[in-house]
Amino acid sequence: MPDAPPVPAIEMAGVNKWYGDFHVLKDISLRVAPGERVVICGPSGSGKSTVVRCIARLETHQKGVIRVAGHGLAEAAPAGEVGMVFQQFNLFPHLTVLQNLTLGPIRARGMARAEAEARAHRYLARVRIPEQADKRPGQLSGGQQQRVAIARSLCMEPKVLLFDEPTSALDPEMIAEVLDVMIELAEEGMTMVVVTHEMGFARRVADQVVFMDGGEIVERGAPAELFEAPKTARCRDFLSRILRH
Amino acid sequence: MSRVFGIVALLALAGCASSQNWGWYVIDPRTPNGWTNVRFLVGGMGATILLSVVAAVLSMALGLLVALPGFSAHRPLRLLNRGYVEFVRAIPLLPMLFWVFYGLPIVFRSMGLSVQIDPFWGAVLTLAISDSAFTAEIYRSGIQSIGRGQSEAAQTVGLTHWQTMRHVVLPQAVRRILPPLGNQFIYIVKMSSFASVIGMQELTRRANELVVTEYRPLEIYTLLIFEYLVLVLVISSAVRWLERRMGADERNG
Repeated sequence: MPDAPPVPAIEMAGVNKWYGDFHVLKDISLRVAPGERVVICGPSGSGKSTVVRCIARLETHQKGVIRVAGHGLAEAAPAGEVGMVFQQFNLFPHLTVLQNLTLGPIRARGMARAEAEARAHRYLARVRIPEQADKRPGQLSGGQQQRVAIARSLCMEPKVLLFDEPTSALDPEMIAEVLDVMIELAEEGMTMVVVTHEMGFARRVADQVVFMDGGEIVERGAPAELFEAPKTARCRDFLSRILRH
Repeated sequence: MSRVFGIVALLALAGCASSQNWGWYVIDPRTPNGWTNVRFLVGGMGATILLSVVAAVLSMALGLLVALPGFSAHRPLRLLNRGYVEFVRAIPLLPMLFWVFYGLPIVFRSMGLSVQIDPFWGAVLTLAISDSAFTAEIYRSGIQSIGRGQSEAAQTVGLTHWQTMRHVVLPQAVRRILPPLGNQFIYIVKMSSFASVIGMQELTRRANELVVTEYRPLEIYTLLIFEYLVLVLVISSAVRWLERRMGADERNG
């Protein structure tokens, strides 16, 4: 890439991580340009969630470098620079939807309440649930909760948004409403790293698909390339298993 | 259940009242002397309640101060928490009461401070410290019961460790902490009877004093037990009411 932007949104170089003796991540190198969409797939236990959790600073790694927007994870970074959407939503059940969205901006950014609420309403409209602001998460469907979680991340206006299997805990009829919101975000130019098995989503929005197995990146490429003509047996095997149905 | 037990116990005692071995006159409110005695005994209620409430509030605050370092990323702070809990939990209440009431003033004096410890504050301090090891453990299990996903989500929206505790974890943990904390309050009320030993005029002390003058231990201590029973029943129904209110809140949320 001769015209690579000077500062990648995410840069991982030779990242290794162990849980005790278990080698979870083996020499992971990944470069995500601003505005790029990367989908990570692979069998369970392949380390794909651990990759995004390391980028989000939820886990530490022992070897290698991870840089977000040019600075290392050990350096101070603006609060909420990396947003994260979890499989289990992890909304705050004791707060209203609106309070879920304003907590970060008010407490971590010191934003005035009125401004934070205006922003929250804006993002709730964007994930198409403007009318649920005063409800508790427990009163919403799974799909609505996940959209609130996406709005909560957006309220911090992150440079990068990470998704860790965002639709895996949802009933089938609710998956589409979450994916629609994610596709819109992608089309608006959000930098995204998505761990998912939703191959339709990957085909539609991913610039790069990364296939992981056994803690290492086995194969990567454009979705058409990787899905139609996987080069490795492991990737072929995995794809045949998830695409069979 | 407790109501049925109470009625059965009362009937049994009423039956005994006719026996010559019992002398209920000593606390019979229909006689002038009995009425004076009952007023004297029940008059300790205020001191027992005040002692228990002040000790419980201090214990809850102290317990939180002890519990929070247990969640710190710094090992020395975690060790401080473990050390406090293990040490304080190991001391029986009575020796600690003696140490605080008779020993602590000497420590203060040796530091050049003239601090008097009266029976009330001696008992409050002892109960609060002794109980705080248990409340700290209650907080710990309550806080641990809030899933890691909550702290992780808080971290990704930029909250610091303490902001996460304050705004995300503790408000949720309170609902799970409340029932065992209510239990602990009942324990404090009962343990407050030890304050009688250092001369505090609460329920048990007054019963002891009356027994010495009236020589009627059976009747007086029976009344004493029922006084504690009433206190504990009031507390447990209050705690259950609070739980119901918070439980309803949780269901709506």
